[in-house]
Amino acid sequence: MLVFDAEEWEAIRLTLVVAARAVGFALPLAVLAAWVLARGRFAGRTLLNTVVHLPLVLPPVVTGWLLLLVFGVRGPVGAWLLEWFGVRLVFTTNGVTLVCAVMTFPVMVRAVRLSLEAVDPGLEAAARSLGAGWLDRLVTITLPLASPGILVGAIAGFVTCLGEFGAVITFSASIPGETRTLPLAIYAALQVPGGETRVAALALVSMGFALAGLLLSDGLGRRLNRMLGR
Amino acid sequence: MTLSVALRHRFAGHDIAIGFEAPSPGVTALFGRSGAGKSTTLAVIAGLLRPDHCRIEVDGVVLADTAAGVWVPAERRRVGMVFQDARLFPHMSVATNLRFGLRRAGPGAIGFDDVVALLGIGGLLERRPHTLSGGERQRVAIGRALLSQPRLLLLDEPLSGLDGARKAEILPYLARLKAALRLPMIYVSHAPDEVLRLADTLVLLRDGQVVGAGPVAEIAARGDLPFSRRDDAGALLLGRVLGHAAARGLTRIEGGGVAWMVPLLDLAVGAACRMRIPAREVILAGRVPEAISVQNIVAGTVRHISDEGMRHSALVEVGLPAGALLARVTPDAVARLGLVVGGPVLALVKSTAIEVLAG
Repeated sequence: MLVFDAEEWEAIRLTLVVAARAVGFALPLAVLAAWVLARGRFAGRTLLNTVVHLPLVLPPVVTGWLLLLVFGVRGPVGAWLLEWFGVRLVFTTNGVTLVCAVMTFPVMVRAVRLSLEAVDPGLEAAARSLGAGWLDRLVTITLPLASPGILVGAIAGFVTCLGEFGAVITFSASIPGETRTLPLAIYAALQVPGGETRVAALALVSMGFALAGLLLSDGLGRRLNRMLGR
Repeated sequence: MTLSVALRHRFAGHDIAIGFEAPSPGVTALFGRSGAGKSTTLAVIAGLLRPDHCRIEVDGVVLADTAAGVWVPAERRRVGMVFQDARLFPHMSVATNLRFGLRRAGPGAIGFDDVVALLGIGGLLERRPHTLSGGERQRVAIGRALLSQPRLLLLDEPLSGLDGARKAEILPYLARLKAALRLPMIYVSHAPDEVLRLADTLVLLRDGQVVGAGPVAEIAARGDLPFSRRDDAGALLLGRVLGHAAARGLTRIEGGGVAWMVPLLDLAVGAACRMRIPAREVILAGRVPEAISVQNIVAGTVRHISDEGMRHSALVEVGLPAGALLARVTPDAVARLGLVVGGPVLALVKSTAIEVLAG
């Protein structure tokens, strides 16, 4: 029953590739931002917190439009990228990756920050007295202890990417094989008379991914926590 | 060599001004109630808390001197710390925990195998911290701190989270550690038995101030200092075994310039030991009584009499040739014997009342 045509297979593949790249790109930055927000005491903390959370509270179409303003071919960053590197983000797969990374960023920051805040500062103090400097402590104590939250954040981010719609279509349109991800393909199929079967098939795949992500994050999180003796 | 600590810090609500010097190597006990400033002092020495003013010097190395702008960061102080709650890294095995500081300090005088043997943790190396008992955890924490090759070891109430049996399990290890390693240690505690067992120098803290400091036997027997104002007050005499009278079931120990008889001990002649003599077990007399079971009748001088109004008792400090005893008697007895400071008195101590601690 689930027989897809080449275009639909491409949409599924594209969705997974984009989500993987977006998480791979955004997760290290999200960990850094979460660490700064959890441990830092500096003047611009509230501002940073607000900026990080903007994609979560703004309507996705607004975020997409703001990204167009900045990364569009006439936007300050977009023009610079085009001129120096010949990279165009609008209407490209890389652009979808960027949009997904931005949209999923607050989801990951929140998960990672919660787990960082749960790390006992006493353990870091102990590591300090044993001769570990700040980077050493971050790598050997803080991040491993926060790893369940980082993993959960990564999976939640990945799943969020799979469903990103409004911002993607605003920034990248819906170009088959280039920017048409699974949710966009479902939407496109809905516009075709008699496309309900296609919609159902694609929606099933989408739901399968979401459920798998949920189960995976739950199972792996529990396993990591057990390894940490919790 | 010496260990010298001076710090001043203003917290919201209360101030701390603490200073003391102690010989190194040796165990310095910081004793006082919670809130007296013990843990703050340790945190400052470890470099985990930066006070308004401080100067810390260990064996000639200045770790902090705010007046001179010196502040060695905690990770470079080589000051080992054993926390009350052990703080083992939960994601590492016992062996990896032990090697954490060792790897960063590089090999030194304190070897991995020696520490493992000294603390009896050879069977735990592959285990995870959450599978250990409280006592085992604390032994691993001590080993981990030692292996970071510290110039100074800080112990923050390492036994307070443990029950009596677990405490009794660890105390001997600490005593062995003290004997085996030439390392200055600061031991924070509010348990007199731990202090009397381990300390060479005693620093009494109250409300952020030092109220008494000096050699442990001297401070513990001072009737005017808070260490003696406890139900279980008692004197501590540092001594050594003179000989055994096996036929009579007795051991003779020299302590405080006096020879004592205690029930036969399994200690070599010449071995160092500590005697704790509880104040409530000491009887005072004006002249030598006849036909009495008491083995120890020693002559001394009344140094101090403090009235313990709440208990309707008096604490009498009796000076010995070297050291002192404490006797808790009724004010009525003080009056009947006509005890006055500077006057002679006899102290009667049952052999079975003397607790002998090895080391």
